[in-house]
Amino acid sequence: MSDTTGFYELVVNGQRREVRDSWVGESLLYVLRERLGLMGSKGACEQGECGSCTVLVDGDAVCSCLVLSASAVGSEVVTVEGLSADGSPTDVQRAFVDHGAVQCGFCTPGLIVAVHHLLDHNPDPSPIEVKEALSGNICRCTGYGRIFAAVETVVAVRKGVAK
Amino acid sequence: MKNSQTTTRTKSRDVLGTSALRPDGVAKTQGNFAFSSDFQAENMLWGATLRSPHAHARIVSIDTSAAWKISGVETIILAEDVPGKATYGLIASDQPVFARDVVRYMGEPIAAVAADHPETCRRALAAIKVEYELLPVLADMDAAINPATPPIHPDGNVFRHQRIVSGDPDIVGDVIVEGTYDIGMQDQAFLGLEAALAYPDPGGAGVELVVATQWLHEDRKQIADCLGLEEEKVRLVLGGVGGAFGAREDISLQVHTCLLALRTGRPVKVQYSREESFFGHVHRHPGRIHLRHHADSTGKLVKVEGWMKLDGGAYASTSSAVLINGITHLQGPYACDNSRLDAWATRTNNPPCGAMRGFGVVQACFAHEGQMDKLAAALGISPVEIRLRNAMKTGDKLFTGQVVDSVAPVARCIRETAAIPLPDDPHHDTGSLELPGGSGRTSDPHHIRRGIGWGVSIKNLMYSEGFDDSAEARCTLADGVATLKFATAEVGQGFVVLAQQIARTILGVDTVVLDTIDTQIGSAGSTSASRQTWMSGGAVDGACRLVRERLFEHVAHVHNLDPLQLVIEGTEIVDTLGPLRVPVADASAGLRIEQTFLHRHRPTEELDENGQGNCHVAFAFVAHRAVVDVDTELGLVKVVQIATAQDVGQVLNPLALLGQIEGGIAQGLGLAVMEEIVVDNGIVRNPSFTDYLLPTALDAPDVVAVTIEEYEPLAPLGAKGVGEPPCISVTPAIVAAIRNATGRDIMRTPVRPQDICLPD
Repeated sequence: MSDTTGFYELVVNGQRREVRDSWVGESLLYVLRERLGLMGSKGACEQGECGSCTVLVDGDAVCSCLVLSASAVGSEVVTVEGLSADGSPTDVQRAFVDHGAVQCGFCTPGLIVAVHHLLDHNPDPSPIEVKEALSGNICRCTGYGRIFAAVETVVAVRKGVAK
Repeated sequence: MKNSQTTTRTKSRDVLGTSALRPDGVAKTQGNFAFSSDFQAENMLWGATLRSPHAHARIVSIDTSAAWKISGVETIILAEDVPGKATYGLIASDQPVFARDVVRYMGEPIAAVAADHPETCRRALAAIKVEYELLPVLADMDAAINPATPPIHPDGNVFRHQRIVSGDPDIVGDVIVEGTYDIGMQDQAFLGLEAALAYPDPGGAGVELVVATQWLHEDRKQIADCLGLEEEKVRLVLGGVGGAFGAREDISLQVHTCLLALRTGRPVKVQYSREESFFGHVHRHPGRIHLRHHADSTGKLVKVEGWMKLDGGAYASTSSAVLINGITHLQGPYACDNSRLDAWATRTNNPPCGAMRGFGVVQACFAHEGQMDKLAAALGISPVEIRLRNAMKTGDKLFTGQVVDSVAPVARCIRETAAIPLPDDPHHDTGSLELPGGSGRTSDPHHIRRGIGWGVSIKNLMYSEGFDDSAEARCTLADGVATLKFATAEVGQGFVVLAQQIARTILGVDTVVLDTIDTQIGSAGSTSASRQTWMSGGAVDGACRLVRERLFEHVAHVHNLDPLQLVIEGTEIVDTLGPLRVPVADASAGLRIEQTFLHRHRPTEELDENGQGNCHVAFAFVAHRAVVDVDTELGLVKVVQIATAQDVGQVLNPLALLGQIEGGIAQGLGLAVMEEIVVDNGIVRNPSFTDYLLPTALDAPDVVAVTIEEYEPLAPLGAKGVGEPPCISVTPAIVAAIRNATGRDIMRTPVRPQDICLPD
């Protein structure tokens, strides 16, 4: 491949990761997956419409398919793999499984990141706020009902209301 | 990468009937589950496909010389490089691996390249020069049916014509209503794009393909034919499947990927973009249906007559089967003796169409439910009353002469749906996201009208017309652990958890390991037609029962008992006539019992020339009631609530069932108000998620679901397939609700803003 960038460094999930000889046009999604082996972020539209590739860049939820990888130099990137420090499922991940919010699972990692981002910024969202926050993440299997149920449970548990 | 599929739970037992959790769930939430796009190999190349920009053209020349000169390009293949059969297809083998002389639809593959990077592939495709001579585009179904139209393919422009004539086709009713209904082309739009990785065997003797598909063995047969290899030389492994909904039943990138790998001697990965995915798989057939319903003065159906035309596009795929499903369901879930119906599936230069959830019945239902509302209006009775007066029962005969011997609680589906409370009246403030138009915030609450509509449907389960359908599974019990092997494609529906539940229930074990899903066992058939719970579920059930028999024989021998006295209670083997209680884990210690079972459903028949014959296996029923808010000035629709009662047989996993119901409803909502591939004289205008709109979280209605649980004696587990019914009658229910809100006689789906506020 010609037009390569030489060398740069990304900070992903708290670790410095070297990217060598990558083509300048590579998206952050491509580099995370194909060069750094972080396959959790998924590509499903390459247009920022479906949210399957959602990651956090300096705390903002972004579609990694729309971010040029080299432009993320100097930023903190968090992927779905980096949400849990010890590898055990987070409360959001557990709730998705328990409430049937996972079917084919392709949209799931992006949704998990989006839900964490939502609840970090708004710990007690109304149902319509949840819908708006997740409306950039398309799920083709579930019809969203079980996803809402999962989010509702996480909110209640974090508030200390539920079991 | 290998997907771990082991779940051990000790607290409560995840047997049949419980909401057992799927074994792949945690991995999917953590991003650790390997989808077909997540596989990588040492020394791997990327592959990509060159496609026709024209709907119909002669290929004058193909010049690959500039592409070969690009650094990093390893191979370029064309039609002449296909070593085996030049075509493939599920029913008729008419789709070229690569177009040779002529392209018949926009997006038809012409060449494939393998290179060191996806960007190199893109540049190589751009450098291939193809000279075309444009040909007249056949885009209209009526023109295709007209024998005077020149054929665009040697097999002609009609894939199939079928008629149904039953009872007294000349009888006339007291009340007659008629209508012509149009259904747009819907895309399955699974999230996980087509992707595969092929590993060539040394010397090109064979190939292994990791792929997301619905039917491993059918893929293997078609791939092997095109590669010119024995089937045993082609091994398929199911890569994680990111949804399917029918779009993975046909071949897409399988042959191309294998060819590139065999040509280069290196592993090759192909992954479609979203745009290419729109061109790379078949869609739901668009269609036009004209029906004339006759009823007596009380509203009882007397006769249904009319025609159905479905556009199959350029190649056959499953068009002939979709057509039969369509015409045999034009009756709807209503008793009626007399009919005269004709149906055609046409070949045009539009995108090829084939399987999508509902398979011909979605189109039929949109028309027959529109007709039931017209009848109700003509008779001055309610949509509920007209449907109750005609509701089919077990024992009723279809237009095909087939007796419905499935459980058929149609009236109960309608009544239980009607009993679900309606939502509160709309009282939204300007700017609310709950208004039609959602985050566009354009709706004026004063222009909003609410409407209610109904849809009821019948759906056949499994394949039809004499297809010899079977599913195989193997169960191995050793030291208290059951291992299951099957080739059943898990596409998200949750067969992996159902299989575990079956084994836990039958064998009294808690740990059930699922072996890799691949072609190293007999076929499970396709994950389609609402068939895997019945078919592969029946196979797993059968294999587990055979293992249990051997286990009982062993225990009976050790304890000098009659094996017929033994049963499983929880996790123990219990002597029903004596004191013996022994844990299955202990009884199977040091043993290894392995059994394979092949499940078949009862045979079906082909239809005769008058459409008579027992062509279907079994049926399921469902009712939907939709409540919508419509901004009549802007033509915007918000689906507020869907109430549904679905006939499901025995409930095996309530949580998974609810997921099918809610997910199917969202897809039916998409077809009702937003999803359509716009095709203009063969040219696809919206192949992207920016322009092809899918329901988002803000579009999701409140779903209130009731299940009608009645054991289905025909089914091995008493359970009907539940995947397709949720998406069928919800579409006509929503469109009926829009008609109710607006007073407009909207005859097409999806309903566009202009159909509401700018009617002609």
